Amino acid sequence: MNRREEPRSDTGAADTRARVFSRRGDDGGSERPVVPRAEFRSYYDRPVLKPPVWEWKIPAYLFTGGLSAGSAMLGAGADLTGRPGLRRAARVGALGSLVASMYLLVADLGRPERFLHMLRVAKPSSPMSVGTWILVAYGPGAALAGAAELVPPRLRATRPGRLLRWAARPAGLSAAAFAPGVASYTAVLLSHTAVPAWHEAHRQLPFVFTGSASASGGGFGMVFAPVAQAGPARRLGVVGATAELVASRLVDRRLGYAGQAYTTGRAHRLRRLSEYLTLAGAVGAASIARRSRVGAAASGLALLAGSALQRFGVFEAGVESTKDPRYVVVPQRERLEQTGRGSRQA
Amino acid sequence: MTRENSFYGPLEDPAADAGHLDHPERVGFFTDTSVCIGCKACEVACKEWNLVPEDGFNLLGMSFDNTGMLGADSWRHVAFIEQPRRLGGQDAGVAGLPTGPSRIEETTEVVSAALRETERGGGELGTESVDLGFPSFELPGAGNGAEARTDFRWLMASDVCKHCTHAGCLDVCPTGALFRTEFGTVVVQEDICNGCGYCVSGCPYGVIDRREGDGRAWKCTLCYDRLRDGLEPACAKACPTDSIQFGPLAELRERAQERLEQLHADGVSEARLYGESPDDGVGGHGAVFLLLDEPEVYGLPPDPVVPTRDAGAMWRSAAVAASAFVVAALSAFLGRARP
Repeated sequence: MNRREEPRSDTGAADTRARVFSRRGDDGGSERPVVPRAEFRSYYDRPVLKPPVWEWKIPAYLFTGGLSAGSAMLGAGADLTGRPGLRRAARVGALGSLVASMYLLVADLGRPERFLHMLRVAKPSSPMSVGTWILVAYGPGAALAGAAELVPPRLRATRPGRLLRWAARPAGLSAAAFAPGVASYTAVLLSHTAVPAWHEAHRQLPFVFTGSASASGGGFGMVFAPVAQAGPARRLGVVGATAELVASRLVDRRLGYAGQAYTTGRAHRLRRLSEYLTLAGAVGAASIARRSRVGAAASGLALLAGSALQRFGVFEAGVESTKDPRYVVVPQRERLEQTGRGSRQA
Repeated sequence: MTRENSFYGPLEDPAADAGHLDHPERVGFFTDTSVCIGCKACEVACKEWNLVPEDGFNLLGMSFDNTGMLGADSWRHVAFIEQPRRLGGQDAGVAGLPTGPSRIEETTEVVSAALRETERGGGELGTESVDLGFPSFELPGAGNGAEARTDFRWLMASDVCKHCTHAGCLDVCPTGALFRTEFGTVVVQEDICNGCGYCVSGCPYGVIDRREGDGRAWKCTLCYDRLRDGLEPACAKACPTDSIQFGPLAELRERAQERLEQLHADGVSEARLYGESPDDGVGGHGAVFLLLDEPEVYGLPPDPVVPTRDAGAMWRSAAVAASAFVVAALSAFLGRARP
């Protein structure tokens, strides 16, 4: 009896026309197995690397740390060039974002109560140790300068009040001296890992991050300082935004295989949005921010948001590149083939 | 103290480089996967001895591997790879099928496609008797010579921390919790670790991880406590086939080379060593492997490099960026006269 005449047990099922992986020749060989590129092999597609254990707090710190550094530079400059409004905004901004940074860094630890263990050693091979000591050097200056701006008027004439205000300038200058370190070490912090997207970007990332720090510092100054005094903030914002945009594009293009982590998925969306905001902020800083307080505030906020999204985008790209074993295996395999060490044996 | 090759390249004596003046020989593992039978005694012995908590009682659908990968709560991990493999010129009939490591959805598709072409669409499965070859008068495994070879092979490999000559985790640890022991191994001090998580991203093999609920980083210690008492690590002790061998690293490297030559002479041309060369990206492993396929098939990176190799380039780039940052700030104030 012909089997075809029997009713099928799967009549009405949605997949009766599903593709059948049949023997060679059955369908002219046009069907390719769904195994993607034959060059890539893995262990059940499981990741080779561990995804970073860091959560949102670390990209948030990358932003607040950069903001603090950018503001400290503006604060010191405003102090030396006699712009009290800008000075006040920038110093308070540097202090506030420093406090936020400290919180984020300590809270992200698996054992926050042990944060002082960071000070047991000074270890040049660990960017986190280097960064800890940079922050130790940077913190007191930024804190003192910020605190001096927050002294209530009735306490200004007292001895501690006068001492604090006297100390504010050297403190602010000391913060400005260490601020470039604060703004740039975080790029090494990310690059000095086995995370493909971060490691491969080690030449471009410092420029993305210092650019982003300048843009956010400038943006903060534009939001909180009077328009008449915020000229340097606007210029810093424009220069920083430009550097960030250019460096960010280089990250997209120069990374080879790992670049896909930046140009696809959530990281791509975050960074694209960051680009729009940063560009809008920079254009605003060069135009409307010079005339209107509202325009300055809007442009400044755009720069701040752009900077923050950039950090989250870069972070996300790194996390993504650890979850897909392709980012690890494909470039390493290519390297082996090129150097002739990876002779594929039978 | 740092010397030449402290951070990258061949390094004769990592323990001395770390400051141990009078120290025992560097020790390690040689894991010969060609004799691994996948019993997981190493996993169990490791858990028992080191009091490693359970890592979840999961069925992962990856052959007999229900551990998944190394982590904070898995310091030994036995990988299982099922490979349809053609022998010689024979066509195993799997040419159009997905080969290499099996993945569950692809296997399912293949099986379901094949089932549809059977007599009753697979309905006979479980209703008809199948000859399993039991009982038999032969010794189990008696006919395991060349005549018993099939187009299927099963790879098993017990993975472990590599105790690298240049350890990414150790280089980046900001508290000094990770340290190089007098045996040349890499160990976390749990009373120092503050759970920053940097080592997790610093390891190019994805070995070390932070333990949920504990907050600290954990990994294989190569049984530091047992070594100090003159015992071999628990996994090597428990391994019934000596797939895991423990000893002075120099001797293990020689033994690995001999085994490789023996296998090649026997016609197992796909045998290869992994991590034995002091010239590789991490300066050679403390745990050498003999594999029967490419490392990535076992979930190992094919050409890992310690991130510290590029530290100089990173800091140089950061220094230039920091200088540009200063110039940008200066020009913001000097660029134009005050409004």
